[in-house]
Amino acid sequence: MAAITAPVSARKHYLNIDYSWRSWLLTVDHKRIAILYLLSITLFFFVGGFFATLLRLELVTPQGDVVQAETYNKLFTMHGVTMIFFFLIPSIPAVLGNFLLPLMIGARDLAFPRLNLLSWYLFMLGALSAVAAMAAGGVDTGWTFYPPYSTRSSNSQVVLTGLGAFIAGFSSILTGLNFIVTIHTMRAPGLTWFRLPLFVWAHYATSLIMLLGTPVIAITIALAGIERLLRIGIFDPALGGDPVLFQHLFWFYSHPAVYIMILPGMGVISEIIPCFARRRIFGYRFIAFSSFAIAIIGFLAWGHHLFVSGQSVYASMTFSAITYLVAIPSAIKTFNWTATLYKGSIAYRTPLWYALWFIGLFVIGGLTGLFVAALPVDVHVHDTYFVVAHFHYIMVGGQVMAYLAALHFWWPKFSGRMYPEGLAKFAAFTIFIGFNLTFFPQFILGYLGMPRRYYTYAPEFQVLNVLSTAGASILAFGFILPMVYFVWSLRYGRKADPNPWEATGLEWQTSSPPTTHNFEQTPVVTHGPYAYSPQEPHDYLPQGVARV
Amino acid sequence: MDDARTRMDEPNPLSATVDRHGSPYLAHHFDDLEQQFESARLGTWAFLATEVMFFGGMFLAYTVYRGAYPEAFAEASHHLDWRLGALNTIVLLTSSLTMALAVWAGQTGRRRPLIIFLAITMLLGLVFLGVKSVEYTEKYLEGHMPLLGLPFAWEGEHAGQAALFFDLYFVMTGFHALHMIIGIGIIAVLIGLAWRGRFNAHYFTPIEMTGLYWHFVDIVWVFLYPLLYLIGGIALGE
Amino acid sequence: MGPYEQRIPREQSSHHDPMVHHIIPVRTYLLVFGVLFVLFILTVVVAFFDLGLLNFVVAISIAAAKAVLIILYFMHVRYSSRMTWVFAGAAFVWLALMLGMTMADYISRSWLPIYR
Repeated sequence: MAAITAPVSARKHYLNIDYSWRSWLLTVDHKRIAILYLLSITLFFFVGGFFATLLRLELVTPQGDVVQAETYNKLFTMHGVTMIFFFLIPSIPAVLGNFLLPLMIGARDLAFPRLNLLSWYLFMLGALSAVAAMAAGGVDTGWTFYPPYSTRSSNSQVVLTGLGAFIAGFSSILTGLNFIVTIHTMRAPGLTWFRLPLFVWAHYATSLIMLLGTPVIAITIALAGIERLLRIGIFDPALGGDPVLFQHLFWFYSHPAVYIMILPGMGVISEIIPCFARRRIFGYRFIAFSSFAIAIIGFLAWGHHLFVSGQSVYASMTFSAITYLVAIPSAIKTFNWTATLYKGSIAYRTPLWYALWFIGLFVIGGLTGLFVAALPVDVHVHDTYFVVAHFHYIMVGGQVMAYLAALHFWWPKFSGRMYPEGLAKFAAFTIFIGFNLTFFPQFILGYLGMPRRYYTYAPEFQVLNVLSTAGASILAFGFILPMVYFVWSLRYGRKADPNPWEATGLEWQTSSPPTTHNFEQTPVVTHGPYAYSPQEPHDYLPQGVARV
Repeated sequence: MDDARTRMDEPNPLSATVDRHGSPYLAHHFDDLEQQFESARLGTWAFLATEVMFFGGMFLAYTVYRGAYPEAFAEASHHLDWRLGALNTIVLLTSSLTMALAVWAGQTGRRRPLIIFLAITMLLGLVFLGVKSVEYTEKYLEGHMPLLGLPFAWEGEHAGQAALFFDLYFVMTGFHALHMIIGIGIIAVLIGLAWRGRFNAHYFTPIEMTGLYWHFVDIVWVFLYPLLYLIGGIALGE
Repeated sequence: MGPYEQRIPREQSSHHDPMVHHIIPVRTYLLVFGVLFVLFILTVVVAFFDLGLLNFVVAISIAAAKAVLIILYFMHVRYSSRMTWVFAGAAFVWLALMLGMTMADYISRSWLPIYR
């Protein structure tokens, strides 16, 4: 492996092989496509964050100071649409999954590289449509697009926004399709199913949801759009339609979609915890199968969004019971991560901190999920800030933390540079404190009865709202820090070794950053992942060895 | 297989070279053609799974409303011409046969039959669309097209519910027709490629994958026909 | 990349599966088409008789039978890898779940007396 010992600057790798625009915009290299996604979703993260900032500013006082009702409705809708369709869903799969999946299984690329590029273009086209809708006045239906408001009454850009989500959905489908086929047919010699890293298992489960769920939201949005454009009445009660049918169809995808947003994060945590605890992961098969259990059970729980929509009580009871079931595989994962940490020789590096945030915050988010899965409690807290807080504990406390953990952990592989550890830890703590200060008060607000999606509120809620906004300010500052020091590290960061964390995965057995073809030689896998232990030479055993 | 090989229209590019990387059909990231073919097949099936769910959303809407308004649906269904629907079913089933034969011709490396079968399939697809447009025109003239605020001429009792049936009819057959148009476009490209001799007994993946897609679109129609045209039976003397 | 001989199978289904390139004889295609045509005639004939709810059941059953024939023979699933079977089946299982659980709501709505 002479290539690795050569200086980074002299070596040709996927980043410096060609600098032209063309080489980026027409690339079929999964690593470059991952970078394209990284840049685009970072942009949308800050766009969505900008809307959130305005929302929190408005909620500092009970009156409408910053914006009035119409603008407020548009702001929370566009915050939701941007964050969900253009940040959370593609975040870990499209950036890290794209980059890491072929590396982790010892492949030269995904099974369909051109399809992968097409996914990114579809994503951008969808985003363009949504941005055009925002520029043309925005949309005010809530990210759920419930009819008949969205199909009859709303005067905002529903169709254009829906088109954006529709097109972005196809990007998601193609990504999932690519991942599933790649995992099936492209694994390195010797890499059997139970030698796969748990990140790969998690992405397989995620891809299942992308494949089987996303087309349903596509047709749902298409029907709503057609209803609005052609003035037909599939969901409109005035024309004999049933708006609850829309909610069934919508949540058939959108509930599993929250598992699209959390499962890849769980995959990331399963990689990071054993590495920094220097212990073999506890309960490998349980974690692997629990990803599937979450994906499958998660598909059958959608009706808990319809508890107060006129759904049959018997259906509600069934959906409630199934929702409880999702807690079991989630808990299995959490316990196994904790058991992995137990008696480990823990190195408190930034990725591990984020992983620990993930476990703690996901537990809070998950347990409050059980609250709202219970029929009577849900009737009480439905459409209050309790649900908002629950959702954000999973999505921000879970997925965004996992995303940041992953970015820090694999940054050396992405860029060939190390991030500054001290500053990164500072940012990690800032984000943790800011996050909890923002969203914990919202649990209390919701339980006390403050409804979501209003620009005003009763004066007695002000103290908690001010706390929440203060937390949001800290959180915003915390989110800007990584962006600054990641960019800084590209030039000034310490050069990274191929395997700075002494991790076992195949992706660490190639150079940092990898060459366009990933591996000089296809690795051969001889044993399972996470072989960390004091008995191994150098306390760990890499999963693959280059063939002689 | 050997029998087929002798009939190929062009020399086998693989027979000349022992090195598997010499195959012009192997993408750089695959190890061999088998891996490449299996990837394409699994990928196509995964795509078809998404298509099943896509149409599934509409079938769900159909099931809900037919369950809610059985009489109106039966009544409205009698206003569709079951003969034209039957004609289109025959056309599509036949096109599936010719598509299957095209794949067979591709597998066995017969270039002329491949082009001929693809062309017939495409032609039948166009016939289907032609019949469909006749039906749409009829519906428009009869005032049974409750779109864009067009007047809905309905003598029966449940005008709103019948309108819902026609909404579903147009949406479902519309999306089906859209899939047909895409399929016809792909086949047209394949004919062009086959004309230039791009396919042989060792490389026919695009034909086989297009075949899968075409058959899927046929299956959708197999369900659409009885569900839309034959509700409550065919009224005699109509 | 290592020499070809050393390649350990990546996936069972893709490894030297004799069925990957199975060619179905034309005779079989014609036979399947014949059966499909008969089933189609049957669909239309049944529609002339008023069997009540049974009409729906028969129509759907015939359509399902046709779909299975097309999938098994025209789409070669009968001769494909096990994974292809799973992929083809998964979609229909999922569709059944969506239809079933949603219809469970609609059917049971009237069970509670207060909604009547």
